[in-house]
Amino acid sequence: MLDNLRAVATARRALLDEGVSPFGTVVEKVISATEGVIDGRRTILAGTNNYLGLTFDPVCIEAACAALREEGTGTTGSRMANGTFAAHAALERELAAFFRRREAIVFSTGYLANLGMLSALTGRDDVILIDADCHASIYDGCRLGTAEIIRFRHNNVEDLDTRLKRLGERSTRALIVVEGIYSMLGDRAPLVSIADLKHQYGAYLLVDEAHSFGVLGAHGRGLAEEAGVEEAVDFVVGTFSKSLGTIGGFSASDHPELDSLRYASRPYLFTASPSPSVVASARAALALLQARPELRKRLWENAHHLYGRLSALGFSLGPEASPIVAVMMKSPEDGLVFWRSLLAQGVYVNLVVPPAAPNGGSLLRCSVGAAHTPEQIERIAGAFAALR
Amino acid sequence: MPTYRDMTYRDILTQTCELLEPFAKGRRLEEETDLLTHVGLDSLQAMEVLLAAEGRFDMSIPLNVLAEVRTVGDLAEQLQQLIERR
Repeated sequence: MLDNLRAVATARRALLDEGVSPFGTVVEKVISATEGVIDGRRTILAGTNNYLGLTFDPVCIEAACAALREEGTGTTGSRMANGTFAAHAALERELAAFFRRREAIVFSTGYLANLGMLSALTGRDDVILIDADCHASIYDGCRLGTAEIIRFRHNNVEDLDTRLKRLGERSTRALIVVEGIYSMLGDRAPLVSIADLKHQYGAYLLVDEAHSFGVLGAHGRGLAEEAGVEEAVDFVVGTFSKSLGTIGGFSASDHPELDSLRYASRPYLFTASPSPSVVASARAALALLQARPELRKRLWENAHHLYGRLSALGFSLGPEASPIVAVMMKSPEDGLVFWRSLLAQGVYVNLVVPPAAPNGGSLLRCSVGAAHTPEQIERIAGAFAALR
Repeated sequence: MPTYRDMTYRDILTQTCELLEPFAKGRRLEEETDLLTHVGLDSLQAMEVLLAAEGRFDMSIPLNVLAEVRTVGDLAEQLQQLIERR
């Protein structure tokens, strides 16, 4: 008992000394969607996934405040019991309409959405084929279920093809799971080719649009919309904690069976439903996402701006420009020194170390949002330049 | 021509040791060698070993098998079962 935690403590001590920890950073004061106070210093927040910058939007705040006053601080119960209010059902209808799907289902977090979907969609005779770079919630969802779990090489269509072929007739019981934008390097899945394979082998396809909902596609429906393959996607999964600036998760689908998942999915059943204020701000943000396409335009201007500046400075970056701009460092130690130097200059990014970072290195993972100003992007780039 | 299906457990154990050698840092690998405490295999390295084994035996290895694996011999046994199942 406790051996695992002792091993973690040893590993942590080996990397971290007494300085500010990248894994326990406290934002002492939140100033806006793009600024806070960390370690007593006014800091640009460039690692928050706040893609549309809606966390301080007055419409979202007012909606949340009104719900708090009218419906209280929490639901104190599961969706299955007393935790479904009219607003939960309304949010599900609005999500279904937005994604042009028959039905949507809301979970309490994005993590739980993947746990709830993957564990309940599949059974003992099924196979889940996951991209090797999928998020931990996808791995954990697979582990919670009983299906066979097979990884394919990240974004490698040929490898996926080989593995589907090996399944033979079982490929019609396979669920392919990919992400719209991968959270560490910011690259997209090759969804057109994956959709072709899905059709060829009669498999199912689930796309986690956590980082691409509100970010990709003419209407913000994600990579499937951008790639023009929405009809191939059986299940869309996403989160409210990025573009919608709150917390929660969802899935949308045309499969009528989705509704039955409410009675079979433990992560849906055995946790309290999202609080009224959370649901209200998610609904307001979903409406804004549709009403204000300029947010997406600004987000991409900022993404290209930072990617271009850091690329010109000679940093090794993820393979394509996206709101996630990952700067690759040789080692966790190099990454930590660089991370602290950025923080000392008033710029917060995420430090990512193995196993989440590839090849034993580390990543300085920046994420930009629509709320960043061009001046802030320049300051972020300037902080990197100063350390070059 | 012999196929992978003709391999004995001992053959597979030998090949498993070969697959693990790059991660063993010179430590001696035997059937009872514990992959975590003795070889020091972390989760990423475990994935690399599986990828290498998939390449060598031309098959997909479900991640589920890892739950049953603690020693070099356990891994060889799981590989043998998968080879026979093909």
